[in-house]
Amino acid sequence: MEQTEKINVEHFTELLAKFIALLVIRLPDDVMAKLAELSQRETSPLGRVLYEAIKDDLSLAAQLKRPLCQDTGILQFTVRVGSNFPWRNKVSEVLRQAVLRATREVPLRPNAVEIFTHVNSGNNTGTRIPWIDWAVIPDRDDIYIYGYVAGGGCSLPGTAKVFMPLEGLEGVVRYIFDQITSYGINACPPLLVGVGLAGSMDVAAKLSKTALLRPIGTSNPDAATADLEQRLTDGLNALGIGPGGLGGEASVLGVHVEQAARHPATLAAAISTGCWALRRALIRLDADLNYEVLSHKGAVL
Amino acid sequence: MSKIILSTDIEDADIVNLRIGDIVYLSGTLVTARDAVHERLLREGRDLPFSLAGKAILHAGPIMRNLPDGTFETVSIGPTTSMRMEALEAEFIAETGVKLVIGKGGMGAKTAAACRKYRALHCVFPGGCAVLAATHVEKVESVDWLDLGMPEALWRLQVREFGPLIVSIDCAGQNLFEDKKIAYNARKAEIIKTVLTASTNKSI
Repeated sequence: MEQTEKINVEHFTELLAKFIALLVIRLPDDVMAKLAELSQRETSPLGRVLYEAIKDDLSLAAQLKRPLCQDTGILQFTVRVGSNFPWRNKVSEVLRQAVLRATREVPLRPNAVEIFTHVNSGNNTGTRIPWIDWAVIPDRDDIYIYGYVAGGGCSLPGTAKVFMPLEGLEGVVRYIFDQITSYGINACPPLLVGVGLAGSMDVAAKLSKTALLRPIGTSNPDAATADLEQRLTDGLNALGIGPGGLGGEASVLGVHVEQAARHPATLAAAISTGCWALRRALIRLDADLNYEVLSHKGAVL
Repeated sequence: MSKIILSTDIEDADIVNLRIGDIVYLSGTLVTARDAVHERLLREGRDLPFSLAGKAILHAGPIMRNLPDGTFETVSIGPTTSMRMEALEAEFIAETGVKLVIGKGGMGAKTAAACRKYRALHCVFPGGCAVLAATHVEKVESVDWLDLGMPEALWRLQVREFGPLIVSIDCAGQNLFEDKKIAYNARKAEIIKTVLTASTNKSI
């Protein structure tokens, strides 16, 4: 029994290390499709040079099996684990081991720096890193794991603020536009903009990141929120920030808004941005550790 | 138009007629220098292990693979956000005589003034395109200050037609990103009004 368990944990670790490799080498299908669409539409000469470089980079990365961007970020995972998933007690340690292995084997850039000592661990693990957000799904025996690479360039525009309700939507919209026209330009646009709206800053911040996990082209199920997403997308695109911030047809891959009910006296807004190199992936594993990569159709680990 | 290739050592005459928006390529010596290198040279007063006069620096923290023979292979090397170096870049240009500062996104007024005074350029390499960049690196010549960690160390590279490099600040001190920012901000107020007018629920 112990031997079987050891073999399974090793297999789980191996799968997730390969999942991390896929995450940093290939963009998910929705981002690939959106970049192809925006590249087709681009008319600015410098914008076209940028999209051409992006296309070359993506194919070279796939061909040479190297991280498509040198900043392989801080590794973040969002785990939705079935309450009956037999390997639930191992997930945390397996993810840590998979990060260590992928860092050596892919290789990834070591990015985990301790806050006060400034020491880079050299292996992408550190205090509370890799970061894991957990949700337990009752009465299921499978697991969904989102991998997300939070690079420095596109983490820099991140911000959160609590508004007074009377400042309303106007305050929030201005806040988003100000952030994208300042910090957003240098964060490798076209960006995926995640907006979280809630009663407190921490909830809004978490929702702004959750918004980035949703596939491009999907809308918030709430009609008013979906309407806001569309208006923000159109409005930010009308700025003409273009790829690399050098001017062009589009500024964003999309705008995703996620909301939670707020307090009567507060309206918190948070912004997270993903660069064009939006590296996220989603894998589902069943109780026997059979897998399916949902973000990259047909991917074999 | 024929491809403009700058070779190190770069002379003033090679770059003074280039203007923002022009596209160039670099052959010769390119050295990575980002936050910690700027700090060590200018705030801690340490000497660089070699001269950067007439050379090019890249704001980048690469992924390097240590090969069995002790040499390094450049796996992935895209540019990082240049604006982080704005506080020290003017002084860096004055101190080192570097001619080409390559990075991602724009830089500010201090750097633009230094580019005008000392005849230097800031160029952007397409952000994120790190494998494309790595394929233009012929050789890792040396690494210094590795105690700063892999991303922050001083990697001296031999590159061939490294680019495309888009001139973002020229020797006249013109600044492409500052011009763009003014344009984006000029459009902003009107666009925000449209976004809010189209709204069906102004008060959330």
